[in-house]
Amino acid sequence: MLFLQCSGGLELLCDSVKIHKVNVEQQKGVEKLTMKDLLTWVRTNLIKERPEMFMKGDTVRPGVLVLVNDCDWELSGLLNTTLEENDVVVFISTLHGG
Amino acid sequence: MEEEAKTKPRTAGPYLCCVCNQRRAALKRPKTLEQVCRECFYEVFEEEIHRVIVENQLFKPGERIAIGASGGKDSTVLAYVLSTLNRRHHYGLDLFLLSVDEGITGYRDDSLETVKRNEIQYGLPLKVVSYKDLYGWTMDEIVKMIGLKNNCTFCGVFRRQALDRGAAMLKVDKVATGHNADDIAETVLLNILRGDIARLGRCTAITTGIYSPNAYRGFAREFIKDLERIRPRAILDIIKSGEDFRISTSTKMPEQGTCERCGYISSQKWCKACVLLEGLNRGLPKLGIGRTRGLNNDRKDAKGNNAAKSIESKQCGTLDF
Repeated sequence: MLFLQCSGGLELLCDSVKIHKVNVEQQKGVEKLTMKDLLTWVRTNLIKERPEMFMKGDTVRPGVLVLVNDCDWELSGLLNTTLEENDVVVFISTLHGG
Repeated sequence: MEEEAKTKPRTAGPYLCCVCNQRRAALKRPKTLEQVCRECFYEVFEEEIHRVIVENQLFKPGERIAIGASGGKDSTVLAYVLSTLNRRHHYGLDLFLLSVDEGITGYRDDSLETVKRNEIQYGLPLKVVSYKDLYGWTMDEIVKMIGLKNNCTFCGVFRRQALDRGAAMLKVDKVATGHNADDIAETVLLNILRGDIARLGRCTAITTGIYSPNAYRGFAREFIKDLERIRPRAILDIIKSGEDFRISTSTKMPEQGTCERCGYISSQKWCKACVLLEGLNRGLPKLGIGRTRGLNNDRKDAKGNNAAKSIESKQCGTLDF
């Protein structure tokens, strides 16, 4: 179980829901879930419209902040950040004005 | 590698804050690439702003200052920082929150709630000015009249003046707005792309009484954020290049005067808001939009014609300094 939070306008892409409790199934043979896996999952299962506002290539669109347990994911290894049960992942768009 | 990953601490980043060397870092500042913890970030951020205020002598004791408050993150941070620093460093300022209600159903409700929360949280008196009161038209009514195309022109132009007029009502000396580095870098780029050298010089100067719309959809913003990913300092470098821009002394610059109709600053006879309002009230909403359209079928009104011809419409969401 992971806790996801979308804000700064990103919630509009998922039916205006900000907080999501999700179960992301891990691929067989892979030990730990990574942010890369989570982004793919979010794009397929959570984002209802305009996925290009959320992702660009295989990562988030520049201008979208990502926090894993209140820490900027740049410090935890970006896409390679590994996730554990009950982790909190926050996505904040800074692209929709101040 | 696998072993190393397992031993990483889980609750925050694996690095210690480079300021206090005690807590775990929570973010990497794009400006300096320093890894800092939450507490030290607040401290460094607030003191940097204090230094800029002092070094540039932005305020004098006893001044009345309006904080342009949209309810968004930037103006909320601004309200927090200014009220905190005012108390901490005894600036002696009278601070006010100033909000604009465009009259768009369902759009401002949330953010006006946030502004009202700011009013209570920071103990700052709030003034809301509405397009309806100032211009006689809500944005909803304008959109009904002119459609969805071009309505950004109205909203942007009217918002700038609304803040000015609200500031006059509050009798403030200055207005502070929460433009961030991204906003200013975007403006520098857009002014270069448009060849608007008159605005280029002005747009990075620390000035007061400057306002802007805040919906950014242009390519400039995306381009800037792409650049930042490659080189985090790129945004500040663009701002620096705007600051350092020099205009040859032989270049003729447009003069700033005042609007003959309402007295607002304008480099034309009529300010853009008056041209747009005239169009709305006369049922010619295209007036003032585009370069040559306007009163082509009504040549009698020469004044309006000049104004309409000489004012170019700006792209939605561009900052207009």
